[in-house]
Amino acid sequence: MTNAPLMTRETVINTLLALLLLAIPLGASAMGEPFYITLATRIAILALAAVGLNIALGLGGLVSFGHAAFFGLGGYAAGILATHAFDGVPLFAGIPGTASMPIIWLVAVVVCGLIALPIGAISLRTTGVYFIMITLAFAQMIYYFAVSWPAYGGEDGLSIYVRNEFPGVNTAQPLSYFLICYVVLMAALGLFWLLRGSRFGAALQAARQNATRLAAVGIAPFNVRLVAFAVSAMVTGLAGALFADLNKFVSPSMLSWHMSGELIVLIILGGKGRLFGPVAGAMLYVLIEYALGGITERWQFFLGLILLGVVLFARGGLLGLLAGKARHG
Amino acid sequence: MAEPVLEIRDLKKTFGALKATDGVSLDLRPGEVHALIGPNGAGKSTLIHQISGSFRPDSGTIRFLGQDIAGLDMAARARLGLGRSFQISSLAQEFSALRNVMLAVQARQGTSFRFFRPVMNDKSLTEPAMAMLERVGLAGRAHLPAAELSHGERRQLEIAIALALGSKAFLFDEPMAGMGPEGSKALTKFLDGLRHEAPILLVEHDMDAVFALADRISVLVYGRVIATGTVDQIRNDPEVRRAYLGEAA
Repeated sequence: MTNAPLMTRETVINTLLALLLLAIPLGASAMGEPFYITLATRIAILALAAVGLNIALGLGGLVSFGHAAFFGLGGYAAGILATHAFDGVPLFAGIPGTASMPIIWLVAVVVCGLIALPIGAISLRTTGVYFIMITLAFAQMIYYFAVSWPAYGGEDGLSIYVRNEFPGVNTAQPLSYFLICYVVLMAALGLFWLLRGSRFGAALQAARQNATRLAAVGIAPFNVRLVAFAVSAMVTGLAGALFADLNKFVSPSMLSWHMSGELIVLIILGGKGRLFGPVAGAMLYVLIEYALGGITERWQFFLGLILLGVVLFARGGLLGLLAGKARHG
Repeated sequence: MAEPVLEIRDLKKTFGALKATDGVSLDLRPGEVHALIGPNGAGKSTLIHQISGSFRPDSGTIRFLGQDIAGLDMAARARLGLGRSFQISSLAQEFSALRNVMLAVQARQGTSFRFFRPVMNDKSLTEPAMAMLERVGLAGRAHLPAAELSHGERRQLEIAIALALGSKAFLFDEPMAGMGPEGSKALTKFLDGLRHEAPILLVEHDMDAVFALADRISVLVYGRVIATGTVDQIRNDPEVRRAYLGEAA
């Protein structure tokens, strides 16, 4: 529309972040430091989970404090299917487990979407603090269900003995697994970008800015928010499945409210509603965790200070600092 | 007289002990500007809110294009063709003026669940939206965020949105508020032409505008319509003079 420059400052920063995230594990692999590959994979997966939440929170203004539910459900989808495949015991009604990642991802995404619809339909009748609390309550219900269900490890969690398979890729090799996660992250960022610029994205962002205005033009905010909540849950669920495969382990801690909080923190650190906000946030978060965690057990105290600084002085997060205020064309 | 576009019968709404709407009956006929005047707190905005669907009346009926719209929410009423502007401008503040109107265009097309095609390159959205901005004289400000527009410009933008919806009736709640005399004059002229597209229910404190525009005026005092009539009838109505105009003039 307007004669904007070919590359905005934000596009340059986003490209640099994407290249940096790719460069870390490639460099680490060349130097024979697999630990850093795992660290980068963790960043990519947490960023993916936060890209999901960013659809609801960043675009829609829906502060879900229960997205760990979807992260964990995705994780359990991977864990449960892999366990049944490993043991050769059918799930139910003769349906076998599977060690194939694409199938596991599909199951994780579908399950999260189906569970997000009723949770969203009930939660979205409330707003503000009540929405935060009701999403938390649903996530806690699922958390306690997982803790008290012994068939899949209960409190102790569930191990995945061999990382699940992806056609044509040796997933046991750390760099290959990183690349899978990286590609999925980039695809999710592409989806976020498309959504944000689409008609649906326009309605969703209008619902955040002024729900009355949206209703006054004849678009019911509830329907728009519900679809956004479900899509958001599906992306976060996919990240959960990848996270389970990264750790070869899934436990109720993936479902806990700490995890929900962590995802919100990632978005606030990076810049909510920004395309690469979750990536910047996840990088910063894992960096703080790793750097400060090596010095002190109380690294979360310092994370708290940084978060306080961001909330007080840099509302737009890291991307707001680097790329300036978001513009909506 | 043709069938009224909007037909309100014996509408009642109380807030605690306050009878905000106390048995209001009102018609909006094709092609007319029907002004709703009354002192502050008379219940004008409460009435508009019930017509547009923000508030639910306690009793009474609202028929729009022959259909009882009591059970419909605000979005459904807007889809039927009730276009409103707000007493305090209500816009998507971060969006540009153009994007605010584009939202109305996509709402009218019923295409808000399309997930991939970028709206900014979509001429079926941008062109009609730009045309509406041109009509209200805001084309030069199309790319400014709504938050950066002046009060008067936001009013114009709300009207552009109502136009883009293809509304079959307009509810304008104090569209002149916050405008200078120049702006009021220009808007009065604009609304004068607009009545041929769809009738206007106009809540307004600017009496010059009301007397210039209105085919009929209803006077609301303490939630009741104390008089409905032409400009001359209302001007010469002793009860109206006592209750309202006398104080103001």
